Amino acid sequence: MKSVSWLRFGIAALAVSLAAAARAEDAPQTCEVPAYLLTTESPLPKVAEAVKNGRTLNILVVGSRSSAILSASDANAYPARLQASLKDKLPAVTVNLAVELQPKKTAEETAGNLVKLVEGKRPNLVIWQTGTVDAMRSIDPDEFRQAVNDGVATLQNAGADVILMNLQYSPRTETLISVPPYIDNMRVVAQQRDVPLFDRFAIMRQWNEQGDFDLFNPTHGIELAKQVHDCLGRALSKFIIDAAHIGPAQQN
Amino acid sequence: MAASAIAATPAVTSVPTAPAASATTAAPAITFPAVGERELRLDLFRGLALWLIFIDHLPPNILTWFTIRNYGFSDATEIFIFISGYTAAFVYGRAMQDAGFVVATARILRRVWQIYVAHVFLFTIFLAEISYVATSFENPLYTEEMGIMDFLKQPDVTIVQALILRFRPVNMDVLPLYIVLMLFLPLILWLMRWRPDLTLALSVVLYAVTWEFDLYLSAYPNGFWAFNPFAWQLLFVFGAWCALGGAKRMSRILNSPITLGLCVAYLVAAFCVTLTWYIPQLGHLMPRRIEQWMYPIDKTDLDVLRFAHFLALAALTVHYLRKDWPLLKSRWLRPLIVCGQHSLEIFCLGVFLAFAGHFVLAEVSGGPMMHAMISLCGILAMWGVAALISWYKREADKGAARKGARSNADMAGGG
Repeated sequence: MKSVSWLRFGIAALAVSLAAAARAEDAPQTCEVPAYLLTTESPLPKVAEAVKNGRTLNILVVGSRSSAILSASDANAYPARLQASLKDKLPAVTVNLAVELQPKKTAEETAGNLVKLVEGKRPNLVIWQTGTVDAMRSIDPDEFRQAVNDGVATLQNAGADVILMNLQYSPRTETLISVPPYIDNMRVVAQQRDVPLFDRFAIMRQWNEQGDFDLFNPTHGIELAKQVHDCLGRALSKFIIDAAHIGPAQQN
Repeated sequence: MAASAIAATPAVTSVPTAPAASATTAAPAITFPAVGERELRLDLFRGLALWLIFIDHLPPNILTWFTIRNYGFSDATEIFIFISGYTAAFVYGRAMQDAGFVVATARILRRVWQIYVAHVFLFTIFLAEISYVATSFENPLYTEEMGIMDFLKQPDVTIVQALILRFRPVNMDVLPLYIVLMLFLPLILWLMRWRPDLTLALSVVLYAVTWEFDLYLSAYPNGFWAFNPFAWQLLFVFGAWCALGGAKRMSRILNSPITLGLCVAYLVAAFCVTLTWYIPQLGHLMPRRIEQWMYPIDKTDLDVLRFAHFLALAALTVHYLRKDWPLLKSRWLRPLIVCGQHSLEIFCLGVFLAFAGHFVLAEVSGGPMMHAMISLCGILAMWGVAALISWYKREADKGAARKGARSNADMAGGG
């Protein structure tokens, strides 16, 4: 028992010092995201192809309320920030972006709508932000996983690449919403269907721990929301460029 | 006098927590030991589980690295439920032997009532905190998440649903599970006294049926119980089975080098898997086929991988940590043991402190130092209150001894 606890202590101490070292490097840049959170093995072939050949990239964001900021213009929410950031990084590419909000809809309800949403738009990439409504309504995680799986399959059959985006890190509602089962199940689907998962939860938690944003604070005004969404949009653009293996040559 | 001693024990021992699971199996105490002799390993591990549950209920901080869920599949909940089953069977099993089925059932129901009242008390505190947070929280970033507070708009429905255990906030799932398990304890004990192995087999069958046919209890406003009683009863019944002789009959298997080797191998494998959760760079080392077979590791229905992980931990603990381990009597382990001896009180205190901790983090500041401080202060508070209860019980016992044994029984049993 004793030796075990020393081992644990050693591992914990190692982990803490590693985290401290990593933090020291990250500190100066605001809303920096550690590389491992923006790395994925799952490719985005349709995006890569569109950038290479067509020079036009059509993106569709499907999400619940947290894909927009209440009482702020859409230009401040992460989808628009993503578009701006992509245009910045890929000046030679036309980036079109549409947003379809599905407020208060569970993954299952949204999955049923996906065909209609994709129809006509012919996106190369669909970013599906989901999980929040399901977590709030305590949907059975197995059913949730099935619904996300079906939805991703629908989108893939429609000829689009898919990125899954999980929940926000929301410390103030932690005692009310049980998040882990939904995050775990989204990770499972991402693995099974070989689609990249944008881990919004871990990224925002990282920012909170690094001190970039104080997400605990109850009364932050609209500014905090705008900054977080801006950072999310930029992180997402890095994530997409990395997953699609868009080299520096194509970025010009 | 004997009666009072027995009544006193249930109050202390039967408390709902399960932390000591690992220690429990060890107890070869299968034949009821002399009254007054405590199995300190049970107290130790139950105390440990209480601390770990408290830390796990707080937002992640440095101390989170010390909780066992970071090093394998199972966590403190398994320990808690197993030890609960063990101690409950031990205490009320003896009551059933001495006083008969009806009296033992009555005592169990009284215990259930105490746990229920504790749960409702915690819910009241929770409601107060949430109402405050809801009225003072205005962050446009979390408009969607704040929708969860909508239940406050219908207090009539919400409170009634909470009273019938269907509405349970996060972190308040363990007591309702324990209430349901305790309600069935008379039946379990009755079966156990008749055919222990058959009872355990029935429990396994129920567990398998739960997985096959997806049995669950629904919750309010929607969803299901986060700890499925149909699945988690397996740990509870297994604890009871160990307490009533199973551990002794199993001891040859438990002490064989093959078992121990398998346990070590499994724990190491589980540790390697958990490493890939925290160091994502290692993720590509995991074969995809194993990942697809293994994930998700389901806590709601007590995944078999979790159960096996707990068994391995328990077997090793029981083997290497003997009942007469001298440190059990040392002052260094006193804080844990004393917490384990008053587990219902300390469990409730832990849930309350976790709420309070969230509140302080939200209202004052959320720095990492603050997180660590809150965890430490919480643990000190749990220790302090447990020591206070111990002191009070000792004094009350002294007073009661002068007046006669009868009142003593009530006092101790009621605590």
